[in-house]
Amino acid sequence: MTRIIESAAQLFLLLALAPLVTGVIRTLKARLQTRRGPGIFQPYRNLFKLFRKGMVIPETASWIFAATPWFLFFSTILAGLMIPMVAADAPLGLFGGALAVIYLLGLGRFFLALSGLDTGSSFGGLGSSREMTISALAEPAMMLAIFTVAIGAGSTGLTQIAGAAIGQTWRFLAPAQMFAFAAFALVLIAETGRIPVDNPATHLELTMIHEAMILEYSGPYLALVEWAASIKQLVLMTLLINCFWPIGLQPTWFGFGALIGIGWLIAKLLLLSCAIVLLETVNAKMRLFRVPELLAVAFTLGSLALVSTFLF
Amino acid sequence: MISQFFLSGIVIWLAGAMASLVLWRKPVAARRVACAAALAGSLLDLSASVFAIFGSSSTVICLPFGNPVFSWSLRIDPLSAYFNVTLGVLAAAVSLYSFGYLREMEGRRNLGAFGFFFNVLLMSLALVFTASNVFFFLVAWEVMALSAFCLVSFEHEKKEARNAGVLFLVMSHAGTGLLLIAFLLLASASGSLDFSSFHLLASSLSPLQQGAIFLLFLCGFGVKAGLVPVHIWLPEAHPVAPSNVSALMSGIVIKTGIYGMARVFFDFYGAPPIWMGTVVLALGVVSALLGVLYALMEHDLKRLLAWHSIENIGIILMGFGAALMFRALGQPNLAALALIAGLYHTFNHATFKGLLFLGAGSVVHSTHTRNMEKMGGLIRLMPVTAICFLVGAVAISGLPPLNGFVSEWLTYQALLAGFGTTQSLTRLMFPIAGSLLALTAALAAACFVKAFAIPFLALPRSEQAADAREASPSMLAGMSVLAVGCVALGLGATWLVRVFDPITQQTLGVSASSAMVAARGLALSPGTPHGGTISTVGMALLFLFAGAAFALPLAIRWRRRSVKGPAWDCGLPGLTADNEYTATAFSKPLRLIFSALYRPRREIQAEYEVSPYYPSAIRFESEIEPTFEKHLYEPLWQRIKAAAERMRAIQAGSINAYLAYIFITLILLLLFGVRG
Repeated sequence: MTRIIESAAQLFLLLALAPLVTGVIRTLKARLQTRRGPGIFQPYRNLFKLFRKGMVIPETASWIFAATPWFLFFSTILAGLMIPMVAADAPLGLFGGALAVIYLLGLGRFFLALSGLDTGSSFGGLGSSREMTISALAEPAMMLAIFTVAIGAGSTGLTQIAGAAIGQTWRFLAPAQMFAFAAFALVLIAETGRIPVDNPATHLELTMIHEAMILEYSGPYLALVEWAASIKQLVLMTLLINCFWPIGLQPTWFGFGALIGIGWLIAKLLLLSCAIVLLETVNAKMRLFRVPELLAVAFTLGSLALVSTFLF
Repeated sequence: MISQFFLSGIVIWLAGAMASLVLWRKPVAARRVACAAALAGSLLDLSASVFAIFGSSSTVICLPFGNPVFSWSLRIDPLSAYFNVTLGVLAAAVSLYSFGYLREMEGRRNLGAFGFFFNVLLMSLALVFTASNVFFFLVAWEVMALSAFCLVSFEHEKKEARNAGVLFLVMSHAGTGLLLIAFLLLASASGSLDFSSFHLLASSLSPLQQGAIFLLFLCGFGVKAGLVPVHIWLPEAHPVAPSNVSALMSGIVIKTGIYGMARVFFDFYGAPPIWMGTVVLALGVVSALLGVLYALMEHDLKRLLAWHSIENIGIILMGFGAALMFRALGQPNLAALALIAGLYHTFNHATFKGLLFLGAGSVVHSTHTRNMEKMGGLIRLMPVTAICFLVGAVAISGLPPLNGFVSEWLTYQALLAGFGTTQSLTRLMFPIAGSLLALTAALAAACFVKAFAIPFLALPRSEQAADAREASPSMLAGMSVLAVGCVALGLGATWLVRVFDPITQQTLGVSASSAMVAARGLALSPGTPHGGTISTVGMALLFLFAGAAFALPLAIRWRRRSVKGPAWDCGLPGLTADNEYTATAFSKPLRLIFSALYRPRREIQAEYEVSPYYPSAIRFESEIEPTFEKHLYEPLWQRIKAAAERMRAIQAGSINAYLAYIFITLILLLLFGVRG
């Protein structure tokens, strides 16, 4: 029963917080570029608008096109329930740990790539091809980073990983943790489609990746896909901050502690968002074929992290 | 009871083989008899081996002919029974599929001969997995190779089928030669030819002999398994065979190599030196990665699947290699985990690769091409085939909640646990192997986005694809059995791990399953102290609940608000198949990124009238370099040919010279015999 309440609370947090994170990042970025920006609540207004609209479904598309937003949304939500957000004990930690989270996100991506090719438009295929390439190259670095934290906890279970880190506030200063953090952060940028890998604001055919795949979606399905994308971003960001810097994680979801936990979570997310915004503003988007080099750097950092676990 | 069931299965296969040969002039009867016998034999074999696994004892059958050196003795121990279950499930589904698949060949090809070799192949596979005498094993092994050869080159009027068959036969025989040497070395140490006398024997030999026997077995069985670098026959032979045979080849024939390795590494060796595990793990990683990288470049649907067999053999061997290393490091529980991961993946690969080859067979059967670039839009014309193929594609990509995810997760857990088992630098191998497994799995997902989307989605790219028709009911039934198998093996993981207890008990002396089941059978755990858990059942139930409670009602409501419209056609007059992304284009980024491996060569010729920017016709040709063929096998082949040229001098054709050779050999052998 407690699990159900915890899951419901975390589900609410995921659904509610994800558009806000996207909005905050956009607004901060606008401010840094001396624009006013539409305000941090704009993503909610977008979702609300899209959910009330009608849809245009391409004549060439099959049922894969209609099923994909659901697969993507549900698998992302499920992954989100497996990570520790407020309490160190993830609500659905029993259902899977770090590996399951990555593979569930992979399931959503698999279907999204299929739907990109399903419409028959060249843009969709272009996006699918690039997305699958980049995510495949990001995977080994991500796995090395996860292995580094998992070796410390002796488990790939996120509850155990977060639990092992509680009380060691300054552990993230250990070299292995720092390298793994850097590797994971680079992967985060690639996986969430941010500059310098992908530009979430572009619709220019030469540069877009994620946007090209979802070009044919409209109305409620587009809302689901965009919501899922921002939940995925929240999940990966939370994974990063709570695996490497678990300060503020509460033992349980119950009692007054939960509010403190949520406060810490928001504070840490805000800090990470600022870092992402800074990175996005001072960098230009890379050419597609330079991205493997960035991911190779991530892989090297991951390897260094592993070696550091027993050198220091 | 086990022996009766097993032997009647063998007899039915044999009878089916003979009957279809006799009926070769009546194709309809031959087809029905051959498929019915294959199905009945598979089901009997399956039930015998299921009983054997749950009975968890060894059944020894000794057929009443033969002599002490060559005894026809069979032993159904848990390891044999496990591979026989795999065989039974796959063979039953393929036999069901063949009822419809072979109908097209009626009157055009000799179905009597096909039925004969098909049944003989199944029989020899069952015997390979159970034979416990060296000579009996090798006879079954050869019968398997020969019947597989005949089935691979069944469409013998095609040159590629003949060439692929011969390549398979040559490599297979080279492998058998190595096996023979290795077995004889073991036999000379034990003084017997029975497998039971080899139990733990290899570890009592000198290190040099141990190493030599290990390498001989690894190469010998590796050829059959399709291990890099002795894999080159596999991507040639699997695609040219009829698709039901491809499913068997990929699903179970290459697993005989895996069975042989499991038998030798875990039954004949006690605690092998650590370098052996390191070699197997490294070869597994290389095979997995190269398999998937070459698969990505294929647009022949069946060749693509064949390359993925090499990838999956690599993943299986990663489990085996880790198990060997743990054994050397004195960690029997972790060895059991790694062995279970490898064996689980063996069964999983048989189901999803069998399924994918059968699906590819249906597609090829109705479009008459293996080239993906000529397919497209088949999901509308072949809806059931498409769903089955999609299940297989999700499973082979290792995505939850299907079976590929479970066995890959177990492999990750074994590799992760390995880091703490030793203080030497060897431990770095485990996480590096794990991260390369992640790369392999992600590339496989990319490859199967291509392999599903290009043939099945969007618009048909050719007339054949536009005229495709759904496969016949028996073919769909065969595919559905395996698709259900993929789901069941994924969701039922916590119940299925119990099956491995007798095997690990027999080979490693430990039972792992009770530690691997968490939360009253809801979740699977690696069995290590703080190990994480996964629950494929839980994930599937949540998906179903969310789908029924939210997706379905909302989708129905939104449907009313939706209209159909054209997809964006870049401003051209209407979207045609020419606008679609092709398989070649899809894998282009990876072709450029890994160009150091592929060494791609491309040629573009454009014809134009006014300006080069407005070509009237374009010819595009692109190919990648077959590295192993060019740099390993071609020089080897040249050496062999040169040596043969030189040997010709002693083959003058004069009978006196030959008599002299015989005489000299006789003298030498006599001298050798007197000295020994």
